[in-house]
Amino acid sequence: MTSLLDMLTADGDPASAGGYADHPPRMGFFTDTSVCIGCKACEVACKEWNHVPEDGLNLTGMSYDNSAGLGAGTWRHVAFIERSVASGGRPPQTPPSTGGSIPPYPPGGDEPPEPALDIRWLMASDVCKHCTHAACLDVCPTGSLFRTEFGTVVVQEDICNGCGYCVPACPYGVIDRREDDGRVWKCTLCYDRLGAGMEPACAKACPTDSIQFGPLDELRERAARRVGQLHESGVAAARLYGEDPADGVGGDGAFFLLLDEPEVYGLPPDPVVTTTDLPAMWRRAGAAAGTLAAGAVAAFAVAALGRRR
Amino acid sequence: MTESDVTREGLRGVRPGSHAHPGRNAGPWRRRRRGERPMVPPAEFTSYYGKPVINRPVWSSPDIPGYLFLGGLAGASSLLGAGAQLTGRPSLARTAKAGAFGAGCLSMVALVHDLGRPARFANMLRVLKVSSPMSVGSWLLSGYVPAAGVAAACALTGRFPLIGAAATGGAALLGPPVAAYTAALISDTAVPAWHDGYPEMPFVFAGSAATAAGGLGLLGTSLLAASPAEAVPARNLGLFGACLELAAAARMTRRIGMVAEPYHSGRGGAYMKAGEVLAVLGVAGSLAGAAGPPLSSAGQRFAGAQSLGRLLSGPRGRVVTAVSGAALLAASAATRWGIFHAGMASADDPKYTVVPQRERLARRVA
Repeated sequence: MTSLLDMLTADGDPASAGGYADHPPRMGFFTDTSVCIGCKACEVACKEWNHVPEDGLNLTGMSYDNSAGLGAGTWRHVAFIERSVASGGRPPQTPPSTGGSIPPYPPGGDEPPEPALDIRWLMASDVCKHCTHAACLDVCPTGSLFRTEFGTVVVQEDICNGCGYCVPACPYGVIDRREDDGRVWKCTLCYDRLGAGMEPACAKACPTDSIQFGPLDELRERAARRVGQLHESGVAAARLYGEDPADGVGGDGAFFLLLDEPEVYGLPPDPVVTTTDLPAMWRRAGAAAGTLAAGAVAAFAVAALGRRR
Repeated sequence: MTESDVTREGLRGVRPGSHAHPGRNAGPWRRRRRGERPMVPPAEFTSYYGKPVINRPVWSSPDIPGYLFLGGLAGASSLLGAGAQLTGRPSLARTAKAGAFGAGCLSMVALVHDLGRPARFANMLRVLKVSSPMSVGSWLLSGYVPAAGVAAACALTGRFPLIGAAATGGAALLGPPVAAYTAALISDTAVPAWHDGYPEMPFVFAGSAATAAGGLGLLGTSLLAASPAEAVPARNLGLFGACLELAAAARMTRRIGMVAEPYHSGRGGAYMKAGEVLAVLGVAGSLAGAAGPPLSSAGQRFAGAQSLGRLLSGPRGRVVTAVSGAALLAASAATRWGIFHAGMASADDPKYTVVPQRERLARRVA
């Protein structure tokens, strides 16, 4: 029943809501994408430390991205966005790669080549958000997903029966089922390392401190300072994503500093935990069940009337 | 390192990497972006290389749409079975109770088969979580299926009538929740076409369940019953179900706007359309089958009506009724498959996730 309590507690202290009377501060990630250099050390460190099996050595055609997105075999995913800002106003969408013909360069043939600085190259390391109100945790029917004393969300692999309910419940597309294994997997925020007082492998490996690990309160202060610093220096597009405890998931345990709209990075612009609407869903389901029963009664009543006639 | 110098003592004025200024020297970008942080969402829709935002459900067909269909068929059939027993319709009662138990079992088989670790299916009963419709449903089914089994066994063997009556009552009580909870189950996800339809989805499911149970009742009584009067409640339930199912689905797809597109196009749209056509055919056929005997007596004046009457009464009337019942069953299944595939399509295209969320943000800012 921890998850119901979880839903009712809005103070952003999921560990207390999860039943931990005495617990360490809530830990999380602040991923500052403005200093990400796309080295993928986080992806590699995560794979190595957590023994995440190989899940395809692919050339996706999506810039330098070759892991495509978060899933059962990718718990840190570095996104690469190449966008031209030369057209004025909003940069045009990079066309999805079809894997076919190479587009002509320069685009449009006889137009003068644009200055190099007009290509903006965004890089961002994505990860499980460890939501305050976690849909995956709420819908898990076995109790395999649980809230740790650090306020993070972890799968107990010895319990998961692979029902897959958490997969479409996650508003960020993080957790997924490993096909040859049948169970679901995602970032644990290196629960084992945290227990031993170490920082998660990805944060440890990050050479530019783009991935910062620490108590969430501290990270939020640091992030607010950083976004202010960037605004002062003229990077008006810098914004925090997932840091607001008033958002649809009660704030993320792993939040980001982005340099463009969230959807440009493949993130939902306004995620809401699906269980927010669950009380209403249960009421509607109850009403529909009642309607069905009433319909059945009516079916027999009408038949009895017809018989008497 | 634009503000640091290398000296004999080392670096002076060095800034850690995490304090770097991205785009500090990127003149055009900085000029353009200064002071124009967009507050109004852009008209065009953007995504990361067209990749979906949410992960596609790992549920597969026919397991999960079959599970939705069979759960509905079972739940509503238990109501029909209990009513038939109360009103003295033995063939309808046997059909409905056997159908309820069979569908309930198959529904559980489909659910277990779809698990990544089927051997661990019992972990479903490890906890009871109201926040998880799948947990609630597992508990419901584990109470319902045994009750439906005892009810069916007693009805078919004619033994232990009291135990049979109690089990029939229990199954009829649990039947409607069994038929309706799966709507909450699929709506309680981030899949746009499922989540956004949550107010109407349970009514679509309840209607579809009644359609299926009515269809099975018609099919069974047309083959087994001595008197065609036994089929009347099944026909009524099928009519009620088809109307509820079609009306609720129409209301849902009208309300949810662009997210309803997958219900009208592609595989989901094809199944939904098939469901509508089959439901209309099934209802029309069952009414024609019912109108058979009176039509044959009143229609003496017309030669054409006479032959129609012969077709609809007697053994051929039974065929029409049986075919109508099968059409209603198929209609219910087609709706479930349609909803399943529409949800999958809405998960695969990021626009169904991003555009409604953008609109919601714009409304909040306004």
